[in-house]
Amino acid sequence: MELLQFSRGPALTFAIAVFLLGTLWRLIGILMLERRRVDAEARPGTPTPLAAAASGVLAKMWPHKTFLKSSLFSVLNGYVFHIGLAISVLLFAPHVLFVKSLLGISWPALPSNVVLAVAVITAGSLLASLVHRLTNPVQRLISRIDDYVSWAVTFLPVLTGIAAVAHIGGRYETLLAVHILTVCAFLIWFPFGKLMHAFLFVLSRGTTAIRFKQRGAEV
Amino acid sequence: MTAQITTSGIPFDAQGQAEESRRRDLAMQAFVRDIAMTNAVQLEACVRCGLCAGACHFFVTTGDPKYTPIRKLRPLEQAYHRHVGPFAPLFRLLGIAPRVTAEELEQWQELIFDSCTLCGRCTLACPMGIDIADLVKQSRHGMFAAGLIPDRLELMDRTTKLWGSPATPAEDFADIIRETGEERGVAMNIDKERADYLVTVAPAELTEHTKALSDAAKVLNKMGYNWTYHSKGFEASNIGYLNGDIELQEKMTRQMIDTAVKIGAHTLILPECGHAYGAARWESARWYGEKVPVRVIHMTEFLDEAVASGKLKLKQINQTASLHDPCQLVRRGGVLAAPRNVMKALGLDLKELADAGAVGWCCGGGGGVVSNKRADPIRYRAFELKRRQVEDANAERFVTACGQCRITLNLGANKYKWDKKVDSLLELVADNLID
Ligand code: SF4
Ligand code: SF4
Repeated sequence: MELLQFSRGPALTFAIAVFLLGTLWRLIGILMLERRRVDAEARPGTPTPLAAAASGVLAKMWPHKTFLKSSLFSVLNGYVFHIGLAISVLLFAPHVLFVKSLLGISWPALPSNVVLAVAVITAGSLLASLVHRLTNPVQRLISRIDDYVSWAVTFLPVLTGIAAVAHIGGRYETLLAVHILTVCAFLIWFPFGKLMHAFLFVLSRGTTAIRFKQRGAEV
Repeated sequence: MTAQITTSGIPFDAQGQAEESRRRDLAMQAFVRDIAMTNAVQLEACVRCGLCAGACHFFVTTGDPKYTPIRKLRPLEQAYHRHVGPFAPLFRLLGIAPRVTAEELEQWQELIFDSCTLCGRCTLACPMGIDIADLVKQSRHGMFAAGLIPDRLELMDRTTKLWGSPATPAEDFADIIRETGEERGVAMNIDKERADYLVTVAPAELTEHTKALSDAAKVLNKMGYNWTYHSKGFEASNIGYLNGDIELQEKMTRQMIDTAVKIGAHTLILPECGHAYGAARWESARWYGEKVPVRVIHMTEFLDEAVASGKLKLKQINQTASLHDPCQLVRRGGVLAAPRNVMKALGLDLKELADAGAVGWCCGGGGGVVSNKRADPIRYRAFELKRRQVEDANAERFVTACGQCRITLNLGANKYKWDKKVDSLLELVADNLID
């Protein structure tokens, strides 16, 4: 019981604080850097920067046909675990209740066994991404410690969440406490590593798209 | 000779006498100086998915993961995380943002120069939209500052500083123009005090492609335009842009644009050269602000406009043809329709390559790679990709709009005894003017 209180209380509060402050610090730190680039006069008919950025963000949701063959596994598997994570985090009834208790807002949830099934698929997909990272020569060579830590702090909450819901491996309270602690680890690591791509993808796709659209080039 | 070998057996060249630690500091300073908001966003965003590898001809044709595009940025990334990023002080304190070593820089010379043509195919493939090609180009600034670029490129740099062109001393330029005109019976304009169009050239046009000089003249004469070549601003293939020598890049840019302004030209026509377009059309704003005082266009855009206006009438070739899309012009420059329009006006039935337009494969020689002898073996491997696609398209002609691509493709053709001739779009136009 003590562990559960600790995880729900001070641990979670600390983790959320690190997450919020760290994320803000990193985003502001990047955006406050000098904007030095002077772009040449755009071609006539160039969309506004906002429209260009938006179209770039959308266009990059799916690879060009010619790149699909070499990227099919990564793209499809990427979609599976991103969507799986979104469903498991946002549409699981206890999570919805937790958010309601915290922020006072709520939305409909999916039946628990459906979410459980999704979480199992997500865990499988994450495992597949790890195996790919370890066996694909390109990914293995370019991977940093961050890639493995980020993987672990994403996978563990899914795994412990499944264990808690399915009552596998221990008392429910203990499993729940461990689940929350793994979520804390995720939140604490988030601002420092590549998990930040959840925000940064908009900025990097957007900035490139603005420049390329000015040239009339594809993104 | 300054050729050396790293302890891991990778050849590199070094210029000057600086100590290794001094080289590293110079590179770091240049890396850090260059990083602004836009590239910081991009240096932060990589998820190490590895998809950029499948887009790079050097990885695809060798299967060697060391050629993975994002890996080429490692020194720049390290400089960023250690000195610029929002957590730089924390990372330094904890010792998790290692210092770039001189040895690493030496090792990376091969990746930043020999095996990157700045073609930008990786940029197009990256799901995070990271402009890897631009960041490799930026990495070259640090390498140049450290005196760690391939000797062949450094030689071109020095020659350009001395002569104003890597091909010939500026004082010989007027003679080359006159002689070419006489040889080919075309009226040339050189060093006119006033003209509406300033026409610029690429180095190969002063040596093996001199026909391009008279061809451009032929077309402009036909249009009845007031145009000139000019000894004070003729060299367009900005070597500084390729080598990471930002001072030389500025000098070469200013020479052309200031000359155009001086003679009252409203348009500066760039030669059939891809990197010239990248440097002058998209990067001169760096020194002139968004409104560059003269309109800068590529020869292909000029031809397209001339044909579309109805002022240039062309004979019909009535053959099939494939097009090699120069990366800087098409993928990174957005000039996709113009060469196709001109080909259509010539009565060429376009047989597109399997990968054409924005996704077209690089010729393998851009970014200075064709001039860097050491890179010959992987350049020839990359050429294989192009050759296969050209053969599959099975057209009678093979056309491009960049002299450097032509040289690279012809070198590949010679090496493999491939009987395909690479045509210049400008030459085809000039040879088919209706009187
Ligand atoms: S494709 Fe983009 S995100 Fe993926 S490894 Fe390459 S640079 Fe990084
Ligand atoms: S710019 Fe071209 S050559 Fe350079 S890394 Fe990217 S795909 Fe490879």
